[in-house]
Order: sequence, then structure tokens, then C-alpha cells
Amino acid sequence: MTASPLPLVDQFAGGLAAPICLTWELTYACNLSCVHCLSSSGRRDPGELSTAECEALIDEFERMQVFYVNIGGGEPTVRPDFWHLVDYAVAHRVGVKFSTNGIKITPEVARRLAGSDYVDVQISLDGATEQVNDAVRGTSSYRTAIRAAATLAAAGFRGFKLSVVVTRHNAAQLDQFAELADQYGAQLRLTRLRPAGRGAAVWHELRPTAGQQRAVYDWLTIHGENVLTGDSFFHLSGYGQALPGLNMCGAGRVVCLIDPVGDVYACPFAIHDSFLAGNVRGDGGFARVWRESRLFAELRRPQSGGACASCSAYDACRGGCMAAKFFTGLPLDGPDPECVRGHGEAALARVGGVTPPRPAPDHSRRNPVRVTIGRRRPPDRACDSDPLAGFTARTG
Amino acid sequence: MSTEATRPAAAFDLDRAWCLDERVAVRPEPFGALLYHYGTRRLSFLKNPTVLTVVRSLAEHPTARSACESAGVSARSLPAYERALATLAQSAMIRERGEP
Repeated sequence: MTASPLPLVDQFAGGLAAPICLTWELTYACNLSCVHCLSSSGRRDPGELSTAECEALIDEFERMQVFYVNIGGGEPTVRPDFWHLVDYAVAHRVGVKFSTNGIKITPEVARRLAGSDYVDVQISLDGATEQVNDAVRGTSSYRTAIRAAATLAAAGFRGFKLSVVVTRHNAAQLDQFAELADQYGAQLRLTRLRPAGRGAAVWHELRPTAGQQRAVYDWLTIHGENVLTGDSFFHLSGYGQALPGLNMCGAGRVVCLIDPVGDVYACPFAIHDSFLAGNVRGDGGFARVWRESRLFAELRRPQSGGACASCSAYDACRGGCMAAKFFTGLPLDGPDPECVRGHGEAALARVGGVTPPRPAPDHSRRNPVRVTIGRRRPPDRACDSDPLAGFTARTG
Repeated sequence: MSTEATRPAAAFDLDRAWCLDERVAVRPEPFGALLYHYGTRRLSFLKNPTVLTVVRSLAEHPTARSACESAGVSARSLPAYERALATLAQSAMIRERGEP
């Protein structure tokens, strides 16, 4: 019979035959230079997978029955073979949701996308106003995103996503984001700011305050049914009522990231050697990395809870986000830096003098490019799956 | 692009003919299976191999009851399977076939 969420968390912790939420970053190239980019994107890497290698990887997804992939970057649509790869995936019954800053969403593209059940679009927007958005994503990025949303809506594409990374500067705009989404027939998606990639350098100044964090939680408990979160706020479940979705870290268990050069990481927020499981170019390809890598085997072993084990909120928050701990220099078996009980703040204070691990690799532009009119870059592809809210889960 | 399957939640009838929706993919997992609906972009979970057998064989049976019996579901546990199938019907993972 069908399942209830709780036992499934335990089932999923042991790993699956294939990921539920697979993020695939197609390129490190990007027209924008968002200050919080998870993948430190900007310049293309010369070792990025070729078209043939991408097709072979999609073939492998088909064999593994990876139902859909979340494609990101960089700005994936700047790859010349991007639309070909989308078509190739769909033809092989691999659904695609791609994250974009909107730069390539023309009316023709929008019409094509609107005609496909298998393709979904997620437009990144980090401010409900131009001022708030462009401060993080670059000059005129707001206008590009809104223009893309309007173009999709005009083409009849219903239910695309407006994806927002919640920061100190936009946390008070959640209602405005919801109105924007309604206006364009889109669905709002809110995700957590992680200290990953370039985000590590700005995390302390951009992360929501404790009061804002509580307000976000309260807002989600009211509006959560209609808002996607990629399950990224599960650390807030420590406030009490669990948020919809999978309240656990899915890294290497239900989630992973394939980067543009084929490296497989435990999750999109953990681009660092410590979380590198293998490369799809190796013998046995992606399937072997997913099934046999030592790192993933380690992550799938029962976790102790460590310093959090005795906390009454542990069953709800499960210690929070591994990547957030790692890139702030906290031990992985301790509290999340944004622990709602305040244990994270105390832990951060304790490691105050320690230099946290630096995210790597870095494909940021060497000379920050002046963002020019009509160009922008997308931020992140947060873990897009919402693997299991009760019995049926919304994806995204 | 979503083509939400906005059918009204109908009561599930064990004595009618059912099948998996064409837009649903089934992936066996150690605990049972994952279902994914490409139209609604929703995931569902089958918690044991028996319900997987039932779901996969629906199309070959004149009724859902017959699919359950054939998979070895006992009379005592039939109500639980009926509830599970009703949930799957509600989320459009399975649908009624044209005629019984």
C-alpha cells in the first residue's frame, strides 16, 4: 500500500536505485555574476561535457529511470546545444526543468516550451522589486526576468516557476513575490540562501535575520501548499510543525549534482572536493558513481545526530543542512548555522577564528564584468525536488 | 508546461477496470516503487512489492479487485489496498479504462 512520510524518510536515507532530484549544471558560463552564485559561475570550463557526452548521460538517465533532471548552470541556455539537449532528453523520456535568468526566452522559444508536457522552466528572481533584485543579480536582471515571465505567460505557458533565494533584503517581500507569480500564471518557489560558491563570501550579510527566519517559517506554514521550496527550509521545522516535504538532508541519498565537467557531488550546494563522489566519465558512468561511490555509501549510513542528538527538535530538523555547516566551518554532526534554537549562532561564535573551507572550483570572471543591458546570470538550482509530501509530492 | 490533470476526485470502485496513466513511469525501489507523473510532475510511493504488482497488472484485469486477488491480496487486507488505489486514482496516477 501507499506510504506515510515518516518511514519513507528512513527508506530514503538508505539510498535509492537512482536519484529523485538530480541537478545537472550544463555550463559554468553565465552572462550574469550574481553575488551569491552557488557554483561560482561566470566562465565556461574548457573541460565541459561535449554534446555527445551529454547525450550519453541522458541515455544513462533513461536506463536508470531518472524521471526528470533539473538543469542549471551557469546559464544553461547559453550553451549552443541547449535546445537540442532538451529535445533529446524529452525524446528519451527524461523530463527537464531548467533554471534560467530569462536571457534566451524569446516568444518563439516560449511557444515551443508551452507545447511540451515534459519541459518546465524556472526563472530566477531575487527581489520583488528591481532595486532589491539587481543589487544581488546585476543591473537590468530584474527586467530580463520579468520580460521572460511575461513572454512565457503570453505564450500560454502555465505554471512555470519563479524561483527566489530568500535573503535579508527580500524576506519582507514574500507576499509581493506571490502576487508576481499570480500575475504571470506562475508558481512561486522559495529556497534557502546557502553559503556555497560565491554565496559563502556574502552569506553573513545576506542571510535572513533570526526574526525574518521565523517570519518565513510562519509564512510557509500558511502558504506552503502552493509554494515550492525544494524542501530547503527543513531546518526551520525545529520551530514546531514540520513544513511540507522531505524533512531531511537528501545529499547523496535522493539528491546529487552533476557539474559541467561531469563531476558528481552530493548536492548542488556542496561543490567541494570533500563531497565529490566521482565523475561520469569514469568506468561505469554515472550509475556506478551513484550506486558505488564511497562517499555516497558513507552518507547513506545511519547518522548519529552528534551534538544535536539530545535536542528535542532533532527529529524535526535532523541537524539541518550539511553544506551550510561545512562552508561555515561547523562540524557536520552539529547544529545548522541557522539552527532555530540558536545553537548555530553559538557554534559559529566558537569557530569564529577558524577559516571555513573555501568553495571550489571557481569559475567567476577574473575581472568582474560590468553587467550590460540585456544580460544577466541565473543563480542557483536549488535542489528542486520536493520528494515526498505525505503520499504525493509536488516536484520542485 | 503543466497540464494538470484536473479531474474531480472520484470515488474509487474496485469493481471497475483501471490502468496506469500513460504519462506515469514506474521505478522499482528496494521499498517498493516510485511513480512519477509527467503531466502533473508529482511523485508517489508504493510501499511494498505487492502493491507494485497490483498497479502494474491493473490493465490486464477486468477489475481492480481481480488484480488484487491475483497478486495475492487477502480479503482482510483488501480495504488497505483499496485505499491505496483510491489515493492513486485521486492523484491521477491510475485511471479508469474505457469499458470494464
